[in-house]
Amino acid sequence: MSKDFRKDFPIFEGNNTIYFDNAATTQRPRQVIEAMKNFNDTCNANPLRGLYAWSVQATDAYENARHTAAEFIGADKDCEVIFTRNTTESLNLVAYSYGLSHLHEGDEIVLTVMEHHSNILPWQMVCARTGAKLVYMEPEKDGTLTDAEIESKITDRAKIVTVGHVSNVLGITNPVKKIGEAAHRHGAVFVVDGAQSTPHIPVNVQEIGADFYAFSGHKLLGPMGIGGLYGRKELLEDMPPFLTGGEMIEYVTRESATFAEVPEKFEAGTVNAMGAVGMEAAMNYIRDEVGFDTIEKQELALTTRMLDGLSKIPEVTVYGSRDPAKHCGIVTFNIEGCHPHDVASVLDTEHICVRAGHHCAQPLMKWLGVGATARASLYFYNTEEEVDRFVAAVGKVRTWLGY
Amino acid sequence: MDIKSLYREIVNEHNLHPEHKHDLDNPTMVLNGVNPSCGDDINLQLKIENGIVTDAAFNGSGCAISQASTDMMCDQIIGKSEEEALSLAGDFKDMIHGTATQEQKDALDEAAALEDISHMPARVKCAMLGWRTMKEMIEDLQKNGTKTAQVSANNSEVCGSCQRTDCDRK
Repeated sequence: MSKDFRKDFPIFEGNNTIYFDNAATTQRPRQVIEAMKNFNDTCNANPLRGLYAWSVQATDAYENARHTAAEFIGADKDCEVIFTRNTTESLNLVAYSYGLSHLHEGDEIVLTVMEHHSNILPWQMVCARTGAKLVYMEPEKDGTLTDAEIESKITDRAKIVTVGHVSNVLGITNPVKKIGEAAHRHGAVFVVDGAQSTPHIPVNVQEIGADFYAFSGHKLLGPMGIGGLYGRKELLEDMPPFLTGGEMIEYVTRESATFAEVPEKFEAGTVNAMGAVGMEAAMNYIRDEVGFDTIEKQELALTTRMLDGLSKIPEVTVYGSRDPAKHCGIVTFNIEGCHPHDVASVLDTEHICVRAGHHCAQPLMKWLGVGATARASLYFYNTEEEVDRFVAAVGKVRTWLGY
Repeated sequence: MDIKSLYREIVNEHNLHPEHKHDLDNPTMVLNGVNPSCGDDINLQLKIENGIVTDAAFNGSGCAISQASTDMMCDQIIGKSEEEALSLAGDFKDMIHGTATQEQKDALDEAAALEDISHMPARVKCAMLGWRTMKEMIEDLQKNGTKTAQVSANNSEVCGSCQRTDCDRK
């Protein structure tokens, strides 16, 4: 790395903890905290309502954050970005608002077996209420979705096609553009879960052909509790509100109401303006201070080193592709004989943070034929020295567990 | 005791060479215990005759802590009355939550070696699995007189306070 980005992250100061759980959440640079503090210290007021200077400034800050988010994911218009709490809420918004109002018995929702639970459960709910049915696309052993699989599962019965852009377990990037084309050819809308992609690769929702695209702030260096949903304007305008209440209305009488335009129609209640400002600072930091070229280069170098190191430990199985470029910094593994929770507990004694369990992807665990796995997930601020310490520690886990 | 020592000195032996991990010939009760969030899955088998646990064994898979703790529990309850076994389950739960008296720890004998799990909140439910399953079986026996309990995922009930299925407080 040309610049030591770690200096921007207070949490790394004065300790040697190796943080390899970036697919769960990322650390925050001081630029993000400063932007939020600046909002707090200079213009904290309820946006969109007040007629005084602080509220106007708060509204500007919030709407600037929307503009930055729209640019970050390549949206055509700012109003196509709705602020939510996180990816889960974004996907629920699409399911409750679009799904329930557009699907009927016999319709199909096509997804993949590698989805995170947050891109499965909302659709199970839609199916239970409408009589629609889920159709799963099955990848090859390394996680690749073939053209044949895409073509055979997406038919004229499909009304929604929804896929994770990057798998949170295998790390593979799905052929979203191709899947989107198939969806549109059959008249379905295309939903993309961007939780794992937006932090790591440049995203352009228009190029992908996404009708909806969901993402979280905390996975891209921003604060927890703020995320977004991109939706094509024509679709959003035609959809009923998800939540109702304050801030999302035009006129309210005793019996009825008319709703505000998008995006306000989908942002009921006082918004998380400070969170939006924090996410904006995080997006600016990723795009302008670090750059996606640096992110991809560093993650590839680290993943290559990690896969190479782990391949020399005979008892280690790595899931997904053998090609480090197809991991997006995510390395999911098991050590023969060792339960992943024990692996994570002993790695913790070496100050190494990894995730263990089913990673909110139980259908994928079943597909892999395992109950649980351990996962190391990298980001640009991780180092080769950390990877080496990690590989050395993994090599000792079986000894620590008595083998 | 740090975690590595805990594994080295206590958990590994019971996990890798469990004395009670096998099927019983004629169990009077059998029940599956599951921690859904971890995938820990044990099948606990008890032989209870005239109010005494005359034999106990288990099968299944899971993390080292869940397997070792269940093995140690079987050691402790064999030869005990139903009431004594239930009392030990209470002692163990208190110990894992850091509230047990010295008397309670003494009663737990070798199982008291898992006391340091109380400093590993993420692993409490692993250590509790065997004890929780045994408690449910004996309570069911006492309440309903069930001779052979249905094989079922007993720990999928929802905790009254936090609404989670994997909570050990329920």
